[in-house]
Amino acid sequence: MEKTLKKYFPVFVLPTAVAFLIGFVVPFVLAIYLSFCSFTTVSDAKFVGFSNYIQAIKDTSFLHSVAFSAIFTVVTVIIINVLAFAVAMCLTKKIKGTNLFRTVFFMPNLIGGIVLGYVWQLLFNGVLAYFNRTLTYSSMYGFWGLVILLCWQQVGYMMILYIAGIQNISSDMLEAAQVDGASPMQRLFRIIIPSVRPTIVICTFMTLTNGFKLFDQNLALTAGEPSKGTEMIALNIYNTFYGSTSTFRGVGQAKAVIFAVALALIGVIQMRFTAGKEDK
Amino acid sequence: MESKKQNYKNILTVVFSIISLIYIFPIVLVVINSLKKKTSISLRPFALPDAKSFVGLDNYINGIQKIEFFKYFGYSLFITVFSVLAILIFCSMCGWYVTRVRNVVTKTLKNLFIFSMVVPFQMIMFTLAKTADTLKLNTPVGIVVVYLGFGAGMAVFMFSNFAKSMPLEIEEAASIDGCNPIQMYFKVIFPIMKPTYVSVGILEIMWVWNDYLLPYLVLDIKRFKTIPIVIQYLKGGYGSVDMGAIMACIVLAILPVIIIYVLCQKYIIEGVVAGAVKG
Amino acid sequence: MKTGKKVVALLSAAVMTAGILGGCGGSGNDAGNAAADTSAAKDTTAAADDGGSSAAGTGSVYYLNYKPEVDAQWQELAASYTEQTGVPVTVVTAASGTYEQTLTSEIAKTEAPTLFQMESESWVDNWGQYCDDISDSFIAQHASAETIQVDGKVIAVPYVKESYGIIYNVDLLNEYFALDNAVVTSVEEINNFDKLKAVADDIQARKDELGVEGAFTSAGLDGSSNWRFTTHLANMPIYWELTDKGVTTATELDGTYVPNYKNLLDLYFTDATCDPALLSGKTGDDAMAEFCDGMAVFYQNGTWAWTPDGDMAGMNVAFLPLYTGVEGEENIGVCSGVGNYWCLNKNATEEDKKATLDFLEWVITSDEGKETLAGKMSFNVPFDTFDGYELENPLFASANAYEAAGKTTVSWIGSQCLPTENWKANLASALIEYSQGTADWSVVEKCFTEDFAKEWATR
Repeated sequence: MEKTLKKYFPVFVLPTAVAFLIGFVVPFVLAIYLSFCSFTTVSDAKFVGFSNYIQAIKDTSFLHSVAFSAIFTVVTVIIINVLAFAVAMCLTKKIKGTNLFRTVFFMPNLIGGIVLGYVWQLLFNGVLAYFNRTLTYSSMYGFWGLVILLCWQQVGYMMILYIAGIQNISSDMLEAAQVDGASPMQRLFRIIIPSVRPTIVICTFMTLTNGFKLFDQNLALTAGEPSKGTEMIALNIYNTFYGSTSTFRGVGQAKAVIFAVALALIGVIQMRFTAGKEDK
Repeated sequence: MESKKQNYKNILTVVFSIISLIYIFPIVLVVINSLKKKTSISLRPFALPDAKSFVGLDNYINGIQKIEFFKYFGYSLFITVFSVLAILIFCSMCGWYVTRVRNVVTKTLKNLFIFSMVVPFQMIMFTLAKTADTLKLNTPVGIVVVYLGFGAGMAVFMFSNFAKSMPLEIEEAASIDGCNPIQMYFKVIFPIMKPTYVSVGILEIMWVWNDYLLPYLVLDIKRFKTIPIVIQYLKGGYGSVDMGAIMACIVLAILPVIIIYVLCQKYIIEGVVAGAVKG
Repeated sequence: MKTGKKVVALLSAAVMTAGILGGCGGSGNDAGNAAADTSAAKDTTAAADDGGSSAAGTGSVYYLNYKPEVDAQWQELAASYTEQTGVPVTVVTAASGTYEQTLTSEIAKTEAPTLFQMESESWVDNWGQYCDDISDSFIAQHASAETIQVDGKVIAVPYVKESYGIIYNVDLLNEYFALDNAVVTSVEEINNFDKLKAVADDIQARKDELGVEGAFTSAGLDGSSNWRFTTHLANMPIYWELTDKGVTTATELDGTYVPNYKNLLDLYFTDATCDPALLSGKTGDDAMAEFCDGMAVFYQNGTWAWTPDGDMAGMNVAFLPLYTGVEGEENIGVCSGVGNYWCLNKNATEEDKKATLDFLEWVITSDEGKETLAGKMSFNVPFDTFDGYELENPLFASANAYEAAGKTTVSWIGSQCLPTENWKANLASALIEYSQGTADWSVVEKCFTEDFAKEWATR
């Protein structure tokens, strides 16, 4: 069958591949070229070699934002996936109001990042005002504020994916396990979790990249305050790009390339780690 | 035993009711404030509208008029529907193909797709805008191609992941029946993939519908705008923001998505049951 | 409900169409079908595009507007011009805070803006290469404020003049003057920092008596408001230093007057509607709302805060200069300058350039254009064609009154020599840390001395 299918490359792959070329590959290659240039806009770029990269690596605020993003991502990946999975388990038990709860958990996904950032800023500052403080009091406040915001936004979507995965597990298998006298814990770790592994792979990968790429919420909630303490990678790149003269645009672009390559490596490692067994 | 289980379920319902109330509070806050006078929003965000601050639907009417909401609703709807359709159809075909046919080309493609997911949009936004402009893809029709291209990574990744877990036997049986791959795809694969279509579809709808930066940079903004773009215009100069109108427009903008979700939620359950995929 | 169903219907329709390709055992002809679909999509793209191009030969105008608050007025003016002359004028407004980003993307496109804007001379580094020489144009020759020139050629012409200072609520202040034991009894007596501080402290102490919540509105350090202090108030210490030295720009500062900057800022922080620790969460709208609700007497902002249909429209307001405790400050007025310039895109076609300059000439000479800019937008427009035009905005009247009384108008040389956006952001961070007590004043001082020179050296 694979042989016949092969001939259908133009039908199955070509439309996506052509669009992908236009929508990603070409812009990406151009973007890499730009990282070696000094430019104001795409059409006035002048080649300058590696100097952008050297400046990018020397920038301590960039290194700080990388570290901050990394810690943030680890924390959110764990919290989001554990919570989403737990909620999905509860909401596949046919309890009353399941549909309503699912909708509620999913709702935060429907609104774009910036505005919810402002709403949460109002909320956090409203609460912190009782202690005569604001979110900018220390980087810790901003950090946990961002964690709560992102979890609130993403648990719902990951939950849907987990629900789809859990419902796909054949009930025969679970019933058989129950007849065999498997405890709920055994069922969870022996049957359910292995069965939803593809979902886990997807969800960790998505939360991982979302955590690293976070921008809107960062800008709206803390804007990097206090003193760049909560500045994440994307915001750091953005500030480099617009914070100074055109000499720094290339530096921002170089930071973005470094970031993309690093993230790709992390992604590959994560995929190997969570999906490895299956491919072998 | 049964009653104990029922008790446990009831407790769960109560717990989730409480969590839901807390969970939905920020959204309720948006709705409440959309009914309040602009100045009362920033000074007293948590207060319920009272006689002094309640403005009824003024913010809605004001917002709709200010940004010509319904005119741009059309563009948003067009772009979202066709982009998501294109992504679902082409990427699911592509995702299935790259999973079933394994050679250097498909492997490279697959890796490239995955790689594209980690690239932040900010990195390629200007070069993407330039590319789209050169190819004249700066119209609502053209932007569908851009969305298909930029969104392909995530969609292909998800489809190919699900395709991996699909049993080969059904496909082989269909192949023996004399189905060519295209027929097989639509008659056999598509029904099995239904739940994935829904999950990917929801994700893509939300992305395209709420997306601000990509259409803002790619579209010919002299002629075409989407709702997220026009909502930005409610932010005035010198830091002044018409929060009332923004909140009202956001409520209006998310309504269709919520409706689609509610409709699809039924579908997702049915789809899973009808699909009867053995894990 | 309808929309949702439609989408679902469309989705299933598309899927069904694809499904009709034939039952099992059909031929392999379907590949062509899909290919035809793709090419059809491309045709529509081309068709849609043809519909949009302008009438050939005459030239057209594409204005990338900086100010979202006057977008509607520009649209109206453009439509009217097109109706009268047949020349297509498109106005696109960049969303607030995204002008540079929008310009970066738009100006690289095939249909680039023919007319764009710069904020100040510091933009020349990035955008000067896109500015055409417009020395001989009507707008340059009739400009009554200073244009931006490079090598003696005019490349940018200012079109709006603005002033800022401490706006005060005249009625509330008069109420204060009427109180027993008021520190002063008329606004003329408030002519230096000590008097201002005495009045503000007294108002703050007797706020319940006066029915306000503070002397000053919250000095919000949120991004929507912090420019009032990092750009506008920051003008003062630099202005005084440059004036002392007799120069108009600098890349290094001694920071002699930074303590004066602290004077006024401390006053904003302490005699205010809220605790300084909460300032980082306060927005521009908060301060505006407090002022318009009568919760505070003083509010540092500029002429733009007043618009014909804005919240401040019905109020009795005027300016006080930014007194910071510098010797001789009794003789200053408010800060006035230009912050927006028109530039002609060098790469536009000759027809488009001509059409654009013709449009601008019409804007500043026709009754309709003048009425829109000076009336509806309430701009103080610095062209001699606007001489004698009465402005409705009471803040302009107040600014002019200081000038008429022989006070020195404070120029914007200070804010114009601020090195980068980065520098402003760092100053804002320093102010936040200072206001919430997590750092002392030295971090702010460092911004004006060490960081200032460093930013200039690396930009």
